[in-house]
Amino acid sequence: MTENVSIVAESATRIFADLADPQTINGAKDATWKVPLWRALTDAGLTLAWVPEALGGSDAGLAEGFEVIGVAGAFAASVPLVETLLAGWLLSQGGIASPGGPMTIAPARSSDTVALSANGKLSGRARGVPFADDAEHIAVLASGAEGASIALVETKNCRVAPGANPAGDALNEVLFADAPAVEWRPAPAGFDRTAMLLMGGVARSVQTAGALGAVLRMSVAYANDRVAFERPIAKFQAIQHSLAQLAGEVAAAVAASGSAADAISHMQSFDDQIFLEAAAAKIRSAEAAEKGAAIAHQVHGAIGFTNEHILHRFTLRMLAWRDDFGNESYWAVELGRKVAAGGADAFWPLLASR
Amino acid sequence: MTAQLEFDPIRLPPECEALRREVRAFLAEEIAAGTFDPDHPMHGDMHNLDFSKRVGAKGWIGLTWPKKYGGHERTFLERYVVTEEFRVANAPVRQYFVADRQSGPILLKYAPEHIKMDILPRICRGEVCFVIGMSEPNSGSDLFAAKTKATKADGGWRINGNKIWTSNAHIADYMIGLFRTSPPTKENRRHGLTQLLVDMKADGVTVNPIYQMTGQHDFNEVVFDDVFIPDDCVLGEIDGAWKQATSELAYERSGPERFLETFYVLTALIRALGSEPDLRSAEGLGRLVAQAHALRRMSVSVAGMLQAGKEPVVEGSLVKDLGTIWEQKLPARVRELAAFLEPDAGNRATLDEQLAFATTIAPKLTIQGGTTEVLRGIIARGLGLR
Repeated sequence: MTENVSIVAESATRIFADLADPQTINGAKDATWKVPLWRALTDAGLTLAWVPEALGGSDAGLAEGFEVIGVAGAFAASVPLVETLLAGWLLSQGGIASPGGPMTIAPARSSDTVALSANGKLSGRARGVPFADDAEHIAVLASGAEGASIALVETKNCRVAPGANPAGDALNEVLFADAPAVEWRPAPAGFDRTAMLLMGGVARSVQTAGALGAVLRMSVAYANDRVAFERPIAKFQAIQHSLAQLAGEVAAAVAASGSAADAISHMQSFDDQIFLEAAAAKIRSAEAAEKGAAIAHQVHGAIGFTNEHILHRFTLRMLAWRDDFGNESYWAVELGRKVAAGGADAFWPLLASR
Repeated sequence: MTAQLEFDPIRLPPECEALRREVRAFLAEEIAAGTFDPDHPMHGDMHNLDFSKRVGAKGWIGLTWPKKYGGHERTFLERYVVTEEFRVANAPVRQYFVADRQSGPILLKYAPEHIKMDILPRICRGEVCFVIGMSEPNSGSDLFAAKTKATKADGGWRINGNKIWTSNAHIADYMIGLFRTSPPTKENRRHGLTQLLVDMKADGVTVNPIYQMTGQHDFNEVVFDDVFIPDDCVLGEIDGAWKQATSELAYERSGPERFLETFYVLTALIRALGSEPDLRSAEGLGRLVAQAHALRRMSVSVAGMLQAGKEPVVEGSLVKDLGTIWEQKLPARVRELAAFLEPDAGNRATLDEQLAFATTIAPKLTIQGGTTEVLRGIIARGLGLR
């Protein structure tokens, strides 16, 4: 986070530190800790930070919302805060008011489509929808007869298959079998599935960068603390260089995701520049998650592989997030095709456009 | 320092974009006039005094320096734009690049007024070439093992010994080097080195070429035989050069030249692949583009920190560590992605020629200006591990 961190991000940090301390919840017997946490996040207006007041939200602004997402990543929080933010944002694009309670967003995979009939019935299948099992509503970007549409549906009217990501957070296949939408509206001109996936991808990048930062702090502290061969392992050059490489991955994820979040917060539309920023952030943060998790685990040794240690709360989540809203291979192909189509002479001007 | 890394997003202000258009127009004219060929990366290493003077006349050297010394009092972000456009075009900047990047800023900080008034305006006009005198035969990464001696004499110092791997010494007018004025102390092995400004035309300076494995001549050995250095050429504290080194590193290590040195092979690959690459090529290309973008955004962010008056030594080292490894691997990645191109595809010949050149220079990229190992040591110190 920056030194001029917003009040919104400060409030998010306070709430997570008080109610979702990773060490405390890692030892919790059940999920009852999620109730006061969700209530505090809701009361502070954080869950609907991207929804205008007229549509039931707190209208905190895109940049501030991304800061909250960074904080959520730094605590590896396993509640659908980011998903609810995204759902509220999507509904707002269609001018649909957000209900209270946890939400998620579909489709979350680049290969899935959901159709919307003229009488507001949703049909199709969305795989890998994060936290669908915990969400009361799902915001759906569907293809209707007149193009892209945004719809709000109650989760209880969909069929949600059980499932979880490697970190244990709900990750579900959602079957829409003529599921009745509560409300549906045409998406604004130019708004399509790519735009939605880019937004989701940037949210995951920011979340990953937050988690990587926490993993770096944790790994440095562990290396300074752990004694082997009669000295802290931080004094070994091999460990120092490993952690320097981890810092490099953190830096790349922080820079790429921060840049993309800033670009989206100030954009006019999802143009080529935003595409580059968002796709690059998703690709680079996913690569950083892979390399960073491996280094952090290596430095921690066996203790980091235990359930008791909190390292896995961060590493497994950031590895899982690679698959949401288009994995790095998907975006690399899309970005590579776009750059190739633009031609060699347009490449540097695109890269240097900001 | 704690392990908190910040790379604030910097949006280049409108004056940067206006400047970028000017720079591109200038470079296009120079290319059209035959000054250099952007497809021949070896041209980027050329020494071209006339070109340098034209760049100086444009006001693009010493961009951030005070006007009274010939500078232009513009921002680090504007300097960033000029640097990246010249680098990507493979423009021949050898004559002035080191002076502009680091020697000038050292003089600004430590030289007496009359020397600043004499030399800085000439740097800004593109007339003088500076070199860095750090490495010695037995002192490379271990900078503070330097032995080349400066002994106090009447009105100045006498230097004896030699520097090695000194890029551009054969065309240089001045060196800023580290010389031993006292032995190290028990408490501080970095003590005893002093930064001196050396006139390369002075009596007793001999430059011997060292040819590189690429066939190019860039390196030299510089021998000092009782070379007299007047007292006013001492830059900063006698015996205390180690205190001055850190801020220089942030300038030296974070710029776009730290990941764009082999960039031309990526552009050439895009040309060779054409508008509809296969799945494998598209994915490979997309990843490289994402990595290049992330590096550039890191590097621009550090330029923003310099503009804000910070000394981002750790952040600069991170840019150079990631950047040089990326630009070093780039020719190998591009070679893989080009493996199944048609033998007579568009610019295949140019790509092959560029790949051959980039492959031969790749090993130096993680050595020059601070090795990977040295950088990781600095980063580890910043993280609080040493």
